[in-house]
Amino acid sequence: MTVFLIRRLLQSVAVLFVMSLIVFAGVYAIGNPVDILISPEADQGERERAIRALGLDLPLHQQYLVFLRKAVTGNLGESFVFSEPALGLILKRMPATLELALAAMVLAVVVGIPLGMWTGLYPGAPSSRTIMVGSILGFSLPTFWVGLMLIMVFAVMLGWLPSTGRGQTGTVLGVTSSIFTVDGLRHLVLPAFNLALFRIALIIRLTRAGVRETLLQDFVKYARAKGLRERRVIFVHVLKNILIPVLTVLGLELGGVIAFAVVTETIFAWPGMGKLLVDSFNHLDRPVIVAYLLLMVCMFIAINFLVDALYSVLDPRVRIVTRGT
Amino acid sequence: MRVSGEIAIAPAVVAAEGESPFRRLVADFCESRLAVVGLVLFAAVAAVAILAPLVSPQNPYDLRQLNLLEGKQPPGSPSMAGFRFWLGSDDQGRDILSGIFYGLRISLGVGILSALIAFGIGILAGLTAAYFGGLLDSLIMRVVDIQLSFPAILIALILLAVLGQGVDKIIVALVTVQWAYYARTVRSSALVERHKEYVEAAHCLALSRGRILFRHLLPNCLPPVIVVVTVQVAHAIALEATLSFLGIGLPITSPSLGLLIANGFRYLLSGTYWISFFPGIALLIAIVAINLVGDQLRDVLNPRLQK
Amino acid sequence: MSEAPALVVEDLRTWFFTRLGVAKAVDGVSFTVRRGQVLALVGESGCGKTVTGFSIMRLVDPPGRIVDGHILFQGDDLVRVPEGRMRQFRGARIAMIFQDPMMTLNPVLNIETQMVEAVLAHATASRSEARRRACEALSMVGIPRPAERLRAYPHQFSGGMRQRVAIAIALLHRPDLIIADEPTTALDVTIQSQILFEAQRLCRELGTGLIWITHDLSVVAGLADEICVMYAGRIVERGGVDEVLDRPHHPYTRGLLGSVPSRNVRGQPLIQIPGMTPSLLSLPGGCAFRLRCPRADGVCLESPELTVGVNGHAIRCFHPHAGEAGT
Repeated sequence: MTVFLIRRLLQSVAVLFVMSLIVFAGVYAIGNPVDILISPEADQGERERAIRALGLDLPLHQQYLVFLRKAVTGNLGESFVFSEPALGLILKRMPATLELALAAMVLAVVVGIPLGMWTGLYPGAPSSRTIMVGSILGFSLPTFWVGLMLIMVFAVMLGWLPSTGRGQTGTVLGVTSSIFTVDGLRHLVLPAFNLALFRIALIIRLTRAGVRETLLQDFVKYARAKGLRERRVIFVHVLKNILIPVLTVLGLELGGVIAFAVVTETIFAWPGMGKLLVDSFNHLDRPVIVAYLLLMVCMFIAINFLVDALYSVLDPRVRIVTRGT
Repeated sequence: MRVSGEIAIAPAVVAAEGESPFRRLVADFCESRLAVVGLVLFAAVAAVAILAPLVSPQNPYDLRQLNLLEGKQPPGSPSMAGFRFWLGSDDQGRDILSGIFYGLRISLGVGILSALIAFGIGILAGLTAAYFGGLLDSLIMRVVDIQLSFPAILIALILLAVLGQGVDKIIVALVTVQWAYYARTVRSSALVERHKEYVEAAHCLALSRGRILFRHLLPNCLPPVIVVVTVQVAHAIALEATLSFLGIGLPITSPSLGLLIANGFRYLLSGTYWISFFPGIALLIAIVAINLVGDQLRDVLNPRLQK
Repeated sequence: MSEAPALVVEDLRTWFFTRLGVAKAVDGVSFTVRRGQVLALVGESGCGKTVTGFSIMRLVDPPGRIVDGHILFQGDDLVRVPEGRMRQFRGARIAMIFQDPMMTLNPVLNIETQMVEAVLAHATASRSEARRRACEALSMVGIPRPAERLRAYPHQFSGGMRQRVAIAIALLHRPDLIIADEPTTALDVTIQSQILFEAQRLCRELGTGLIWITHDLSVVAGLADEICVMYAGRIVERGGVDEVLDRPHHPYTRGLLGSVPSRNVRGQPLIQIPGMTPSLLSLPGGCAFRLRCPRADGVCLESPELTVGVNGHAIRCFHPHAGEAGT
């Protein structure tokens, strides 16, 4: 298994390089780096100084090395709007986004898997049909529109929950989060549910398909032939088989959730990285955009690597096959 | 291999009076009323989009037809030009219903066009990878894998940051996001089909490679790809709407449904809900319809669920 | 053998209610299995022998259902007992061995889990006690170093070993009846004979009744005491194995025996039964074998009944052979 992990690690690093090349090429070669990295409000003299300072007059491959060197030390440019290092800005907002993303994932698992199993076990029941229709809706409704509707219903019409912003945070065991205060929770509910909805639908459908396929397998019949209680057949034999693909998808979705938080944060004015990104697009604050994209790419590669490692732990067939290689 | 209770009804099921596979597909598909509803809905939406100028009470982009005084009228109010604002009007006096029809054109058009282009590229890539194998296969699949491990919205954001705004740039972004799914699906099917006898036979007949690929291999790989197409079209439409909503997508000169919804966002809290609400419903109907059809297609074409 | 039989099946009917019609997979099957005796259930694919096995275990999946008949086992009619009681029988008093152990053992759980749960389903014991019994069962079927093997996963075993594991699981609670559904079909010939030998030995020693379902006649000869030949959901011939194999009366049995390669003369074309197994949804009227039978005539448009001869040799045919095999 270690061989497998090392190989994946090397692959990840290689991908990181490739992606950094792509972003670099996008910014320095295709786009106009002068526009992207130098504030449009600079005058001619400042501009020339900045060009020299950023090395934009150097040949392209040298620029790439400069770029890499700076990136590794965490210098990804300065925000036009805030005049602060871009990376620092983003990192400050990251906890809020992570909190939202994790809350959404937890919701997705806790709601999605049980509902999915129910519809897989009793596909004909009216409750199952309702859930399936609901899942199609959850899958098809554009997240941003759902967010709008949630605000409309729960904040404007019913007035139960606040419509924007993040609530108060509490600190437990060194972790600061909204979940530790009631106010924080009230602010977290709508955006987390909004973000989670698509994933809930996805997990319901995945779990259902997994259950239906697994139930047809011979080993389920065999387990019954051994005289096992139906409950054990479902919750041990069937569940373990479907959990592996479901959890893998979930792991991969984590990245998607973080990325997609862009939308939810915009609607609910949640102070995370995503809102920063959209604002940056609108203000043409390109250094922040570049920094965000690079950071996300790194995070993604890390998540994918972790998911692969997790998969090899969970599925004994993968573990043992690779031991022989 | 599944052994449990094999009973000899297979011959009867497969060849009922020389029924063609397509006919059986249609019959299986129509077993789900929901799916048929989806198909009908989609046809309606597409018709409306294509015929927009003919069925809209107003052309919302013709400034001469607009009157600011008619702004923010609730649904059902009469207009001074003689028709009704069935779904209300926005802050500029534009009829929401007409806006939806025109917006559908753009949303559907962009979505379907990008899906088709991605489909073409993906199939080429997938077939090439499966047929030629070796280094080419590894290379193409590496790219596909890497791309698929990143969320679509991130890739779109990267591309749009680099390329800027515009309809063509959006289409490029959407195509880039989608082609990898097609490539992977086609390659998987093609790998299975490639080893089947009819390909051997075609080789023996010394048919040209191109002919083998496109006339023989491709049609047999299509069923799973068809399912992917429906899902992807829905995703493309939703993604475009999301990007437009965020202000990163289509420019104001090509107002898709996403943009309409974004316009109405600021009025939401004050109770003027219809500016965002109805375009959203229209978007929803289009996407749900496509997903319903795609769902049933997937169930019908899935070999593992056929007992 | 004057003891009570292990199992009596009386006029069992299991039908499948499909979109395209009713498939009568098992249509009036009756036989008796005595303690310590091996009954072979023989026939081509689709004749209903596997469904018979599942019916006895009450594991027929929808759209199939037992519609009539009795399965008498230790004083109960298995067709009618409540599910809870049936579950107590399964794995403990009646065990089943499936055809392909790769598919029947759960690939993501190790052998220990799958054996221990089988023990604990019917006995109150601690985990270590259950593990000990599992080890014991594995050595009984000839698996070396059982304690190590318990930690392994199904795909780490060879086909023959997996099947031994399945047999071990079947024997955990010393059942009174074992149903083995083509357990050696997926194995190569050398392993096959080993498994057969094991199975026979265990039955004799433990007094377990064994129903051996197969389409392979060569297996039956050395193993079974009694044989039932099935065709299209019905028993067409039944009797002691030597009796039936030496003096087959039903044309179908003759055809089956004739088509065994070792019985054919070298250089002559292989004898086959003409035609194909009919679909259960469109059976020919009257005798189901009529369209493929060299002896069929107008009488066969009626459905023949099963007539039991003086030595227990039962035939369902209007034109049975009377003489030796091969004539």
